[in-house]
Amino acid sequence: MSLIEIKDLHVSVDGKEILKGIDLNMDGGEIHAIMGPNGTGKSTLSYVLAGKDGYEITQGSVLFDGKNLLDMEADERARAGVFLAFQYPMEIPGVATATFLKTALNAKRREQGLDEIDAMDFLNLIKSKTKELEIPYEMIKRPLNVGFSGGEKKRAEVLQMSLLEPRFAILDETDSGLDIDALKVVSDGVNALRSPDRAFLIITHYQRLLSYIVPDHVHVLVGGRIVESGDKTLAELLEAEGYARFEESEAA
Amino acid sequence: MAATQQTVDAVRDVEKYKYGWETNIESDMAPKGLSEDIVRFISAKKEEPEWMLDWRLKAYRLWLTQEDQEPDWAKLKYPKIDYQDSYYYASPNLGDAPKSLDEVDPKLLETYEKLGIPLREQEMLAGVAVDAVFDSVSVATTYKKKLNELGVIFCPMSEAIKEHPELVQKYLGSVVPYSDNFFATLNCAVFTDGSFVYIPKGLRCPMELSTYFRINEKNTGQFERTLIIADEGSYVSYLEGCTAPQRDENQLHAAVVELVVLDDAEIKYSTVQNWYPGDEDGKGGIYNFVTKRAACRGKNSKVMWTQVETGSAITWKYPSCILQGDNSSGEFYSVAITNNRQQADTGTKMIHLGKNTRSKIIAKGISAGRSNSTYRGLVRIQPKAEGARNFTQCDSLLIGNQCGAHTVPYIESRNPTAQTEHEATTSKISDEQMFYCQQRGMNPEEAISLIVNGFCKEVLQTLPMEFAVEAQKLVGISLEGSVG
Ligand SMILES: Nc1ncnc2c1ncn2[C@@H]1O[C@H](COP(=O)(O)OP(=O)(O)O)[C@@H](O)[C@H]1O
Ligand SMILES: [Mg+2]
Repeated sequence: MSLIEIKDLHVSVDGKEILKGIDLNMDGGEIHAIMGPNGTGKSTLSYVLAGKDGYEITQGSVLFDGKNLLDMEADERARAGVFLAFQYPMEIPGVATATFLKTALNAKRREQGLDEIDAMDFLNLIKSKTKELEIPYEMIKRPLNVGFSGGEKKRAEVLQMSLLEPRFAILDETDSGLDIDALKVVSDGVNALRSPDRAFLIITHYQRLLSYIVPDHVHVLVGGRIVESGDKTLAELLEAEGYARFEESEAA
Repeated sequence: MAATQQTVDAVRDVEKYKYGWETNIESDMAPKGLSEDIVRFISAKKEEPEWMLDWRLKAYRLWLTQEDQEPDWAKLKYPKIDYQDSYYYASPNLGDAPKSLDEVDPKLLETYEKLGIPLREQEMLAGVAVDAVFDSVSVATTYKKKLNELGVIFCPMSEAIKEHPELVQKYLGSVVPYSDNFFATLNCAVFTDGSFVYIPKGLRCPMELSTYFRINEKNTGQFERTLIIADEGSYVSYLEGCTAPQRDENQLHAAVVELVVLDDAEIKYSTVQNWYPGDEDGKGGIYNFVTKRAACRGKNSKVMWTQVETGSAITWKYPSCILQGDNSSGEFYSVAITNNRQQADTGTKMIHLGKNTRSKIIAKGISAGRSNSTYRGLVRIQPKAEGARNFTQCDSLLIGNQCGAHTVPYIESRNPTAQTEHEATTSKISDEQMFYCQQRGMNPEEAISLIVNGFCKEVLQTLPMEFAVEAQKLVGISLEGSVG
């Protein structure tokens, strides 16, 4: 049994079918990349896995650790270990990043039957994590994502991931808006989290990120379907050739 | 289920009112209804001097002529109040007044313990002096001795009338006159107790003073009267908290609070109001009609009102500042949360009379369920208020699609050198924000509490530390539902 089993997943939004039968199995320890042109359903897939409302699942199933993921509320999934690094992280005005992180961490600890984290322990944890990710410590005192630059938002997402230690992490275009230095730091953060019981789904349309986070499998998503799968060399090929040939076959 | 729908459900469900039990103590009650005899009864019970009774009767007679003039300009809907259908005096049957905590009925102490009021010795370390008002009579005053040594007077109003008549006669009704408004006039006639505070010249009161009001007896209106005087160069921080048991019928609460601030003095007055709000269908709950006003009489005097209003079925309340002294300043920080069928019409009045007077208004309204919340404010700058400044910010946050938020700001400037600024925003908790929080493992209630606390942080930060924490929790509780 794989950690994540997606079978024949069909998803519609407002009656329009966006995902048209996705099959994907992921084991612990694996990194899968999904590449594809804009508007093909990559974010839709990530939202459906994370449990966002407004998506109609017309067919198919998703198992996470053998459990029916689609039956669970978004917060249950999160506490069970599903994490989504958002393409467009939300601003939470007035809520200090540290407060937000602590609330999230405590929600997970409660699920595990643990007490709330001690204030000093939390501070130390945050200090070491922000250092690793080269995030200025001051940033965690600011309201979450409010006035953050594109790069800061993405780092804050990776900070949250690193703190919550999910078992299944989806990164939706975490590389967009990052300069090369930031890309390296973020990649180091992800690589540090690689472990045999954790799987990553990395969504991107640039090969660039994948030379830092080396995937085991690469899938091409076009028109709501996975049209080709391969190893990391597929990403390099796509970088050189683009998606034109898939889009032609899709149109045909 | 859409996150918004979930949110709506979360806040629509029956609020579990944490403080909804009652204490069984034989009450010493006046007969039902309102008449000149009742006014005399109250005054006699309190062993008041003649001048006090005269003042009450003057107010009562005026009120009689206004009986049909209950204010109707607020955006509030409620059935006509029958003033003859209430009791105007209820006192826990204590025999002689207790001289120390040990003499206080243990049942009362239990009640306060449930409310989390630090009355007992060990809790005094927390640095809070409590004047507890149980229905109409103050039952215990802690810290009194220590405060006495500093020259601070902190006692029940009924005691002040007897012990400090010169101060009471000089200041009572000097900020809110007996003829001020329908509810204030009623209060003058039948008020039963409340707190009296005098801070002497030059003293920075070293501890927070705090009063918890609690309505216990059935069908009892509670009419407290509070008067705080900060003499020249003094400072005091005062906190008022309120809860009342859960009942099906509505209860009337019409308090008056007067603050007098002399030269270079400062009063910080914080309220956490958590009266029973009624059930999800709007049954029961407190009608809260309150007049609160501060007179900044001296130069450089300062008043800061902070209120966190989460309770009551109806809230009608406008803590105001009369900025008379040159360079005096008034600040108003407010969080008003309404849920289910609650209605709040609240705000402030800043009347600028003196030169270079300054005022600042930060009002945060949160509406959920089918509730309605109105910010109503007046900033008036009189011709002599050279260089006056006002800044007003009103933010409304809506939860769900069935609630309402309204902003009614009046600005009247009669001096060309004055500057006023007004900012207003209305926002909703978005599905995206909810999803984001839930994706991080928070349940919908936790997410709402976090977002709402963020929304009102600026106001909560002005509360004394220990109460800020309490208020944060209250914000969560008052929006609580039973989402599965
Ligand atoms: N909430 C929505 N309402 C309507 N259309 C949507 C919604 N979400 C996505 N879509 C549509 O679904 C398609 C896929 O979008 P998306 O998953 O964001 O693509 P990608 O992430 O690959 O760029 C697009 O055509 C987009 O317009
Ligand atoms: Mg996308």
